[in-house]
Amino acid sequence: MPASTADSTVIERPGQVVHTAQPAPVRRSKSRPQLGAERFRKWWTPLLWVGPSVAALIAFSIVPFANTVGLSFTDARALGGPVRSVGLDNYRILLESNEFRNAVFNSILYMLIAVPLLVMLPLLVACLVNGTFRFGGFFRSAFYIPAVASTVVIAIVWQMALRDDGPVNAILTAVTPIQEAVPFLSDRWLLLFSAIALTVWKGIGFYMVLYLAALANVDETLYEAATIDGAGPVRRFFHVTLPGVRPMMYVVGVLSAIGSLRVFSEIYILGGPTGGIGGQDATVPFYIRNVGLAVDGKLGLGSAASVMLFVLTVGFLLASQRLGSKAEE
Amino acid sequence: MSALSTDRTTVPKRKTPRRESAGPLRYALLCLVLVVSLAPIIWPVMTSFKAVTEQVFGPSATLIPRAFSLDSYRTLFAQVPIWQYVRNSLFYCALAVISQVVLASTCGYMLSRKHWRGRWLTNLLITITLIFPFEAIMLSLYTQVRAMGLLDSVIGVWLPGMISAFNILVMRASFVSVPTALEESALMDGAGEFRRFWSIYLPSAKGALTIVALTAAVGAWDDFLWPLIVLRSDTNFTLPVGLATLQSSFGFDVKVVLAGAVVALVPVVALFFALQRFFFRGVESGGVK
Repeated sequence: MPASTADSTVIERPGQVVHTAQPAPVRRSKSRPQLGAERFRKWWTPLLWVGPSVAALIAFSIVPFANTVGLSFTDARALGGPVRSVGLDNYRILLESNEFRNAVFNSILYMLIAVPLLVMLPLLVACLVNGTFRFGGFFRSAFYIPAVASTVVIAIVWQMALRDDGPVNAILTAVTPIQEAVPFLSDRWLLLFSAIALTVWKGIGFYMVLYLAALANVDETLYEAATIDGAGPVRRFFHVTLPGVRPMMYVVGVLSAIGSLRVFSEIYILGGPTGGIGGQDATVPFYIRNVGLAVDGKLGLGSAASVMLFVLTVGFLLASQRLGSKAEE
Repeated sequence: MSALSTDRTTVPKRKTPRRESAGPLRYALLCLVLVVSLAPIIWPVMTSFKAVTEQVFGPSATLIPRAFSLDSYRTLFAQVPIWQYVRNSLFYCALAVISQVVLASTCGYMLSRKHWRGRWLTNLLITITLIFPFEAIMLSLYTQVRAMGLLDSVIGVWLPGMISAFNILVMRASFVSVPTALEESALMDGAGEFRRFWSIYLPSAKGALTIVALTAAVGAWDDFLWPLIVLRSDTNFTLPVGLATLQSSFGFDVKVVLAGAVVALVPVVALFFALQRFFFRGVESGGVK
């Protein structure tokens, strides 16, 4: 990595000569930088510090994005070959494609169910483990474990547990009136709901930690005042805790919504490489991969779908910002 | 985002810990959540130790193995290149942690300094890249990595995600909150830019650095879609890709696949328990050690 060797030229100790391609070696101690208004002796010194990161971000974010937008107007194939411009054809194909519409529907449904659960459940769990009490540290750590466990590994475990003859169905037949095996993994809706349950299960620990940080900042005296005024735990939750963590609820809502638009692994492992029977449970990232990277994938069409995913994400971010600023009023 | 920072300074210490009424109802609820959280971890561990002949499914299956056996692990290590998967995953993790820590701290440090040419542009660039969903650029990244001849290699998996804009912002935020008094004294001593960064700023940002390293490691260990696209041959698979292949290929006993799952679960859970002290530092309200 040539960038990092460039970076090391910044190592400037008093009296040590700085090796650069520049003509005169510079001694650091000659004139002191002023406090407050920092000045760098060479205008390009800061660029050495940020250069490698900036180069990587340009090469692996900006360039591919520009490339994706460009490809979305062509009929490029994954294996190469002549590329022709096709105008907006790819977008028209997408909007008319049942497969793509279904994928967008699945992704949005995923978001609409997962986000409210991920905003509320971790908050309740955080309230449950917040504060100092016996075994509190143990419970906090244990509840975080799902967040560090690998999604694929957990999905493999769930896939086995949710089989028709798996332990979940065995428990259901034993303790509920349901006597027939529930088709968690083959039903069009149940598979999607199982994947959502997996996402939520894995997210509770992660968002719980964010909520714990927010709860630590809620003013203690407010609770005391509310208690003196005769408010029970439920009223304290609604009138002190909720207003105190509202900014964090917004952050959790945005993070989990963006996360649900990106869901892939859960569906891939639970529903198989096709994404459920006949791809009926495929999400947008699923569609992008299957269309763009099949044996001779339609790179152009996949790129158009990628641009749509980007539009969907940015559109959501803008909408949530409006909602967020409205909630502040 | 500031809530992610675990620096002690950012969270005001509670002077008098609130007396918690941890009654039986609360413990009952806690135990309920505990069962839900840990059941998908405990079940595969238990099942992987069952003997080949023991039932995993069906009404006669029990949670605890009737006889403790290492058969599944023997089969796993004999027939699946699981060590190769672990090595590849560890290599990916190491590369990701090193690049994220080095790049996020140097770039974040310079962004926390004022008055230099290009600062505004760098900030803009980082904010823009923050909103690109990875899935929206992965097709082009695939063609790029293919053009570089890095398909089917761990380097190709690591390279596009070597630095995340989010981590740069985390480091910048923690450098900004370092008290300036410390730096003034260093300026009087005539310390250079790197010296100031290395001996004043970096030690004060240990909490944020731990978060960046931990999320980079867990992220690389967890990564699935991108390695699935880039990697082709069995010997180059990372653990998630290898295990997914194992799960979808017939002929392997459920217990063997679950043994593989346990192999993938243990290191991250262990790492988390080793680092949990740093992790919960900012959020614990004291007392629990």
